[in-house]
Amino acid sequence: MSENSLHYHYVVPGDDFTRAGIASSAVKKTLKQLGIYPETVRKLSISLFEGEINMVIHADGGEIDVWIDDEKIVAELVDKGPGIENIELAMQEGWSTASEQVRGLGFGAGMGLPNMKKYSDELIIDSTVGVGTKVTLIVNIVK
Amino acid sequence: MAEYFHSVTLDKDACRGCITCVKRCPTEAIRVRDGKARIIAERCIDCGECIRVCPHHAKHAVTDPLSEIEKYKYKVVLPPPSLFGQYKRQEDLELIRAALCELGFDAVYEVAAAAELVSDATRRMLEEGELIKPVISSACPAVLRLIRIRFPHLLKNVLPLSAPMEVAARLAREKAVAVTGFKPEEIGIVFITPCPAKATAIKNPMGTEISGVDLAVSVSEIYPALLTAMNKCALEGTGPDTSQSGRMGLSWGNSGGEAAATFTVRYLAADGIENVIKVLEEMEDDRLADQDFVELNACPAGCVGGVLNIENPYVAATRMKHLRSYRPVACNNLSGDSVPKELLWDAEVAPIDALRLDPLPERSLEMMREIEKIEKSLYGLDCGSCGAPSCRALAEDIVLGFSTEDACIYLLKDKVDAVRSSMLSLKIDSRDKSGDK
Repeated sequence: MSENSLHYHYVVPGDDFTRAGIASSAVKKTLKQLGIYPETVRKLSISLFEGEINMVIHADGGEIDVWIDDEKIVAELVDKGPGIENIELAMQEGWSTASEQVRGLGFGAGMGLPNMKKYSDELIIDSTVGVGTKVTLIVNIVK
Repeated sequence: MAEYFHSVTLDKDACRGCITCVKRCPTEAIRVRDGKARIIAERCIDCGECIRVCPHHAKHAVTDPLSEIEKYKYKVVLPPPSLFGQYKRQEDLELIRAALCELGFDAVYEVAAAAELVSDATRRMLEEGELIKPVISSACPAVLRLIRIRFPHLLKNVLPLSAPMEVAARLAREKAVAVTGFKPEEIGIVFITPCPAKATAIKNPMGTEISGVDLAVSVSEIYPALLTAMNKCALEGTGPDTSQSGRMGLSWGNSGGEAAATFTVRYLAADGIENVIKVLEEMEDDRLADQDFVELNACPAGCVGGVLNIENPYVAATRMKHLRSYRPVACNNLSGDSVPKELLWDAEVAPIDALRLDPLPERSLEMMREIEKIEKSLYGLDCGSCGAPSCRALAEDIVLGFSTEDACIYLLKDKVDAVRSSMLSLKIDSRDKSGDK
């Protein structure tokens, strides 16, 4: 990212569904003020929200950094959770390791990563079992 | 473009410059400047929250005085469903209908009757399957303007049908012309408005070029005179029931009424502007994709919660439930197989670009960096003393050139402290020097 990019940092607390979505809402508001094309705002907002929820469900929270410049939005989601054993499997729609309790809340439908892929222009997953996961998602800004 | 008319206005003499309205405005459209509240016209959605919360009654809704009806040869009044919940002891709609005529109106056309036609059209369009789901109701003008400003992406989901008020106005005028033989412009169509947003929608219609309503008289103005007329009519006795609407149309006055009349079970109804915003945020992120219909009302409990109404919204809603129990399910249906095009929008409802910092993206980015920097320099107390709703809003105002850092009393205090410290040290220096002499 260029030196002039905007940078935001968010801490996502674990096991607190009421606070998940704070980063995506805040970034959404900023993007609207920047006059970013609505479809681009929506893509970022959906994919980032999915990432936030994933952190709450699977990783006991984590940290998010978002950079915005005039070409793209980059979000880096880092957690110290259990890691993803089989990324290929995790990318399949409907596949989930979420607990019954989480499913009871209406989450864990196995659409998290697939949606992050669908609503971003680039998705990079770097995960080590027992260490944690770093997800980088990039949405290009349409001019 | 002509300047946008807003029904919500400020009485400068009554305003004390407190920040109650500034804090509560859902679109951050109010600032206190020079001790008085100012409304940022392009952001205001006329929801009436500021009227509701102002402790000094300094916020008003501009509506038309009842005396204006005298301009017209033949006057037709359009009572909204919520009006029927304002008064006690009613078992039919006839008493209010008769009392409205007692006040000088020649005919009554219930908005609830037109609402039943809009419901019928909505059901047909949902069945045809060409609408983008979830379909968002277009009846509340405050919500529609909010979507245009803040959720432009969702405009494609909005039901492209005229609001019942507009449908009622058109049908009422056609009927009046047929009955009297007068010219359309000699007929006065008068809506009794429960909220400022409807009064604004008549001056700045959405989905049509010109509103069919000529005057908007507020419920609060007509309330006492109508009560007196009702008492008189009750003594004299009313004629047979001539009311035009059923349960379905009347239920539009309460949150959930319009949605239930779509006959789908997959619907959501939210009321109160803060709740509406939360639902729109969810919709924008595709989290309500399993719903067919979403009804949104800016006022708590729906139109019965309109800020120009007299009765407590929940009391009014309960009364309306009682009233509805005496009515048939519906009294109005569309004829023919298709939705008549007169019910459809005939003008584009476009996004309003009121949030963007600057038309140039690079400039917006630069301004945003500046905003972030200033925000970090502020105390983050969101005290509102500067006249903006939050420190963030002040930072934005500074960068947009509408305010300065000196508006912050805490930064100002820091400055004064710094000046005082240097003054004190100056004084000691000068005494030492004078002592030398």
